[in-house]
Amino acid sequence: MKVKGSDIIIESLKKENVEVMFGYPGGVVIPIFHSLFNAPFKFILSRHEQGAVHAADGYARASGKTGVVLATSGPGATNLVTGIATAYMDSVPLVVFTGQVSRDMIGNDAFQEVDVTGITRPITKHNYLVQDIKDLSRIIKEAFHIASTGRPGPVVIDVPVDISNSTYKFEYPDTVSIRGYKPNYEGHPGQIKKAAKLIESAKRPVIYAGGGVIISDASKELREFVKKTGIPITTTLLGLGIYPETDPLSLEMLGMHGTYYANHAVHNSDLLIAVGARFDDRVTGKIATFIREAKVIHIDIDPASVSKNVMVDVPIVGDCKRVLQELNKIIEPPKIDEWVDEIMKLKNDNPLTYEDSESVIKPQFVVEELYRLTKGEAIITTEVGQNQMWAAQFYKYSEPRTFISSGGLGTMGYGFPAAIGAQLARPDKRVIDIAGDGSIQMNIQELIVAVQHRLPVIIAILNNGFLGMVRQWQQLFYDKRYSHTCIKSAPDFARLAEAYGAVGIRIDKKTDVEPAIKKALSVKDTPIILDFHVAKEENVYPMVPAGKSIKETIMRELA
Amino acid sequence: MKQHIISVTVENKFGVLARVAGLFSARGYNIDSLAVSNTCMDDVSIMTIVVRGDDRVIEQVKKQLNKLIDVIKVSDHTNSPVIEREFVLMRVNAAPDKRAEIIKLGEVYNANIAEISPRSITLGVKGEPQRLDEFIELLRPYGIKELMRTGRISMLKEII
Repeated sequence: MKVKGSDIIIESLKKENVEVMFGYPGGVVIPIFHSLFNAPFKFILSRHEQGAVHAADGYARASGKTGVVLATSGPGATNLVTGIATAYMDSVPLVVFTGQVSRDMIGNDAFQEVDVTGITRPITKHNYLVQDIKDLSRIIKEAFHIASTGRPGPVVIDVPVDISNSTYKFEYPDTVSIRGYKPNYEGHPGQIKKAAKLIESAKRPVIYAGGGVIISDASKELREFVKKTGIPITTTLLGLGIYPETDPLSLEMLGMHGTYYANHAVHNSDLLIAVGARFDDRVTGKIATFIREAKVIHIDIDPASVSKNVMVDVPIVGDCKRVLQELNKIIEPPKIDEWVDEIMKLKNDNPLTYEDSESVIKPQFVVEELYRLTKGEAIITTEVGQNQMWAAQFYKYSEPRTFISSGGLGTMGYGFPAAIGAQLARPDKRVIDIAGDGSIQMNIQELIVAVQHRLPVIIAILNNGFLGMVRQWQQLFYDKRYSHTCIKSAPDFARLAEAYGAVGIRIDKKTDVEPAIKKALSVKDTPIILDFHVAKEENVYPMVPAGKSIKETIMRELA
Repeated sequence: MKQHIISVTVENKFGVLARVAGLFSARGYNIDSLAVSNTCMDDVSIMTIVVRGDDRVIEQVKKQLNKLIDVIKVSDHTNSPVIEREFVLMRVNAAPDKRAEIIKLGEVYNANIAEISPRSITLGVKGEPQRLDEFIELLRPYGIKELMRTGRISMLKEII
């Protein structure tokens, strides 16, 4: 029996067990929306396409499943670009459908036409322009396979409207065969043995774990590895939650705003064991001084990440989970008591801290209170900037997929729509977007989506009247010239929440912080904005200035 | 910067060239020459890319090329024994009294005389790229009016 192209899309999504799709209608996707009308899965109508793609991304990060998006041609597609790039940088599996003008119009500057595959080529793992309805179901099958395997990433399928409207039989392929795409999951046994030898003889080893561990679901294996070896572990921003930060062996986050002890441990190590991390410049700072004499073991599924920024002595290309399983079978613990003692002392002497105040609310205090009152069990999403760093530093993460943030691209406006996606993926969890007064305004329109679907997402705005991270750089490196970073002209966020039908609370006093958070946590059926008016010129410390070595770390405010 | 010769076997599909070229252009690298063609298999094409660049960056580009879904194989011919060929079409100023010596030079290089006009001679030459460079230099003093090259194609040697 022949069905329409648009039906083939929906039937294919059913075969992929899609639970929820995010998107926004438009001219050339009306046929797909027509077929979607009776689909057995949820469709979440965003209020801006960027909100849809970030929500799908948040859903994917919270659940480990592939996020699915649908938007129209032209502006619908270009509005997705930031979200696709965000997912690409952080290796998030998405399948994104865009409408395209009909095939005979392509290239004629037709209404709402853009070259979607051209625009998204450098920010997708792969993309397709469907040119023949015969290929449609195979392309969808391939897209889900490519998006979710190897190093995951977004895949775009551009569907001309005449393809959606034409008919063909529906047959969903069982298997995928792409000769140019065969990710390597098994680490080389010889390399794993070599790594084990290096680890056993190391005197000052440190584990540096990143988002790849979460993606490959290898947190359990990594914890076992730490338990067996007793090696201290630091994680990247995207690796938060891999290992309980409350454990003594956790050095918490490293990098530009990482802990003093994590950065110094890495710098002084004689063996760095990188697992599912990619030596980003926000981690390494000045690359030449990142490590001194350490040998490097690098476990990663992406060969292109190996020896890209830092030369690696023992590369192991493979899936973190499988490689760690093999490593755990043969590993003998190194003798590192002295080293661990040294690090514990470093940790004791240089704790992550801030100067609290009774007269103003410190943003770090708000994050600590959120941690305390949620018992560390919430899913935290963030915007980008100071709010993101405080959320990373002062909330302590113990489980994977509980910290969701735009690490690579650093996308302001990500956190709130991502929280919507995360809440849909995990209805059992409280989801809190730790936001700034700048970032939240970038996708505030999505508030109505949370209201409509009765999602009790909490938006905790650390409202300081500034685009805080840029202001911090201006203060420290640009002669305090606060050029266009003051955003005192802001809406009343509590009343804005009410206008949307959500709950809004403004908090000005330190003593009101706890009751406000408790109130928010008692609300179970609608989003809540907590507008915390915090200290205006608070900075994020420690800070390793961009391109500098950790010797130049700024620990606290200079008088 | 060092010249690199990269041979890329790809799916014979639209858009693949743009994906490959994009990896170089995104890094601000200019491709010196590029030859793309069919192979003995209908659905496979091969590209020979000549590009100058920093070794580390080229290494990264090769890895990124390998990651492209439509790329089947990447091999670096820069330091490998290869068979290379290229074709040059060149129009040289040639008043009637110069014709004979240009044609003589051309014979040494097995050039083919494609056209003789009252003012010029157009020659076609195939061969190894270095040899074509020599030939072009020999004819430069006569005044080259037009010149184009196909870009080299490169095949690994079977006997080393």
